[in-house]
Amino acid sequence: MTTADTTWRARLTDRAAVLTWVREHGVYIALLLLVVYNVVATANFTTVPTLQLLFSQLPPVIIVSLGMALVIGTGGVDLSVGTVMAIASAVLAKMVIAPGQGGFGAPIAVAILVAVLAGLLVGVFNGVVVAVARVQPIVATLGVLVAGRGVALVITGGALVELFVPFFKVIRLGKFLGIPYVMIVAAVLAVIVSFLVRRSAFGYRLLAIGGNRRASVLAGLPVKQTLITVYALSGTLAAVAGVIATARLRASDPSYIGLLMELSAITAVVVGGTALSGGRVRILGTVTGAVLIQLLETTLVSHNAPDSVARMVEALIIIAAVYVQRPTRRSR
Amino acid sequence: MTPAVTTDPPVAVAADHGGREAARARTRALTSLVSRNGAVAVLVLVVLLGALLVPSFGSADNLRNVALAASFIGIIAAGMTFVIISGGIDLSVGSTYALAVILSAQFAQYGSFTAIAAALAACGLVGLVQGAIVSWLRLPPFIVTLAGLTGIRGLVFYITHEGNDHPLIQGFRVFETFGTGKLLTVGTPVWLMLVVFAVGWWVLNRTPFGQSVQAVGGNDSAAELMGLPVKRTTTIVYVVSGLCAGLAGILTTALSGGGQEARIGDSYELQAIAAVVIGGTLLAGGIGSMVGTLAGVLLLFVIQNLIVQGANLNSYVQQVVSGGFLLVVVIVQAVLSRRSGSAEA
Repeated sequence: MTTADTTWRARLTDRAAVLTWVREHGVYIALLLLVVYNVVATANFTTVPTLQLLFSQLPPVIIVSLGMALVIGTGGVDLSVGTVMAIASAVLAKMVIAPGQGGFGAPIAVAILVAVLAGLLVGVFNGVVVAVARVQPIVATLGVLVAGRGVALVITGGALVELFVPFFKVIRLGKFLGIPYVMIVAAVLAVIVSFLVRRSAFGYRLLAIGGNRRASVLAGLPVKQTLITVYALSGTLAAVAGVIATARLRASDPSYIGLLMELSAITAVVVGGTALSGGRVRILGTVTGAVLIQLLETTLVSHNAPDSVARMVEALIIIAAVYVQRPTRRSR
Repeated sequence: MTPAVTTDPPVAVAADHGGREAARARTRALTSLVSRNGAVAVLVLVVLLGALLVPSFGSADNLRNVALAASFIGIIAAGMTFVIISGGIDLSVGSTYALAVILSAQFAQYGSFTAIAAALAACGLVGLVQGAIVSWLRLPPFIVTLAGLTGIRGLVFYITHEGNDHPLIQGFRVFETFGTGKLLTVGTPVWLMLVVFAVGWWVLNRTPFGQSVQAVGGNDSAAELMGLPVKRTTTIVYVVSGLCAGLAGILTTALSGGGQEARIGDSYELQAIAAVVIGGTLLAGGIGSMVGTLAGVLLLFVIQNLIVQGANLNSYVQQVVSGGFLLVVVIVQAVLSRRSGSAEA
């Protein structure tokens, strides 16, 4: 007890240590401040409907950000996630629509499985282009971003397709102890991904590749398999997010679902303290980053700030977050 | 992946080895020539094939329209080429372009000169701020310009009262002739694009600044040790990109007479980056070509036009083909550049 006390006091008096601590935990401090501000200043913030609305908006961006964090940990980036959401949504629609109306009339469980598999497939494609053909991730996934939304639009014929699936109501409104199912799914996925990064050989390989790909190759690590797996995971997670987004919308709208999601996800990951240069992944930070950005928008909206101001504030937050967490000379 | 250990057998016959070396060097030079000028070659090929196979494609009217449509992204891509050669990236150009579209229309009531000056000044300033953050605070360009993309779009929405204003140019303005005018039957935006690329080529290859940009992109620590003004160069590159996006925006307003939506230029950054990459400029920085970018832009728009004219496909399939085409080009480039023996693991 006393030793802990003295170390804490020593740390507090050491200015550099305090700065480092703030730098490491900036995103959590920011979220805490924002929550406190809301509790004090926003009317009806602590009511159940407000929180449930927030919780129902969060899962897609959190789930996509998890995959994005893995990809960014390898030093890459996946611009195709929004498009993958649209493809998953379109495939889901095609599967559940009755055979008479141009679909397959599959049971919802099969339909969701096939939709997620479609995302996995796109992810594997991304991974092969990046790992085997050695194309820069940003360009490879840019190609898929452009082509993929076209594919999604072709699958549904371009129009918004309304879907009448009873199970969607479960996804949309189902709760366990007052917590929406989708939020639980997001949390479980976050725990699994966090475990993968911190405790599994796959996680170590991923970080090694992000730290120094050449060294990883020379060390005999299975670089190609690891990279393909990472992009496959990103695609799969994006597809799960696409299914949830479709259920929330009660329709498949390939020209809208997942639009600009890649930017939100990259923002969440970066604000959460994962460096774009790779070699480091912070899952809890990523989730916190996603919550922070969403809560920021909610806060500004509930204080009647127009959307334009929200965007400008978001830009400042991004710069501030990266500035606070920039590598110091010592750690570089 | 197998480790890159050279397992060449010991040299048995010196002459034979020399011959093989020479042959290998020839292949290497050829593949590097193809990968560097591939976009130009493919463009010529596609245009010739298109003219032969699709009658409506080869008409002078159609080609003029393709060039005019390409000129806006083309001017943006010219600025992007500088940024990417310097080792950076500018995701904010679509939003910056929109800023110029809206500002030049709003300021047109105070005269053409004011409209052009205000729009260019705003876009140059936006580039300056981002460039300064990238070079002096040493933050990654991807993030800084991602924030730029979001923030500048917010600014555009703010100016237009959440996108409700669609400022029109009142009456005839001199600068409208920039957009609607023609020289030798080709629209002025096309000529301006060619001027921008010519000046860009000259600056990149014939001036100390251009050399500095290439050196910074190749290896910024080495450039700094050589005494090159790395920070200033990096900053100016983003100003150039902002000004190019601004010019493209002004031309759009001049051509259309204003009345544009606040969300205009969405995802233009992706098209510009695609054009630069197809043109053979490496995203890693250091190596790139203005001619390649010009060919890349034209190629993107020619392919789109061919899909519309020839195959009569709907816009969804167009997207699939454009994205697929980009993928094919970058995969071929990546394979060729490794074949040509660039030393990377």
